[in-house]
Amino acid sequence: MTINKTANGNELVIALAGRLDTTTAPQLDEEVKAIDGVTKLVFDFAALEYISSAGLRVLLSAQKIMNKQGSMVIKNVNEEIREIFDVTGFIDILTIE
Amino acid sequence: MKEINLEAKVENLDKVLAFIDAELEAVDCPMKHQMQIDVAVEELFVNIANYAYGDKTGNATIEIEAKDGQATVTFTDEGVQYDPLKKEDPDVTLSAEERQIGGLGIFIVKKSMDEMKYRYEDGKNILTIVSYW
Repeated sequence: MTINKTANGNELVIALAGRLDTTTAPQLDEEVKAIDGVTKLVFDFAALEYISSAGLRVLLSAQKIMNKQGSMVIKNVNEEIREIFDVTGFIDILTIE
Repeated sequence: MKEINLEAKVENLDKVLAFIDAELEAVDCPMKHQMQIDVAVEELFVNIANYAYGDKTGNATIEIEAKDGQATVTFTDEGVQYDPLKKEDPDVTLSAEERQIGGLGIFIVKKSMDEMKYRYEDGKNILTIVSYW
């Protein structure tokens, strides 16, 4: 998985490519722990192919942090990943654009 | 039918998925189903790696039979007896604040696979998942 970050003032865009799984989720977790001061967090999933529960856990932590300090949206979610959000109820927790 | 036997540790996940993907690609499994099967295999293998042998290590065997629009994957380990089908489902209607971290893996497997069967035999946990496309 590759992580591409673009900061613009208090807005941070994190673009993920590849697989967000048990092996790669800790990398994203490190990034999420460092979002102090960010008031708008955008995840771009255009190039993300895969997500497992390990990835969902990181997204949940990020959402909890952003509920306290601003807002979070996820863009360009593919059909397979959307289905996982759907069955796990994450579709209601996350803001998907 | 093909099988792979290896040490049940998270570091071996990529090897397990490469083995599964090679079999699925050989029978032209649609991408959507391949991803669902990969996720299920990841959740189940990682569970074995993290919990089956406690502080010790042990092996897991993964068998796959893929043909005629269906894939059957069987996981065998000799760890502590554990039936994931008995695990209570998480409440997926809770808000982010109320959600617990974890507990979603097995639930995703149950929801995305067409069949899931568990048996304990000769000191072995034997779990089978089936996906049709």
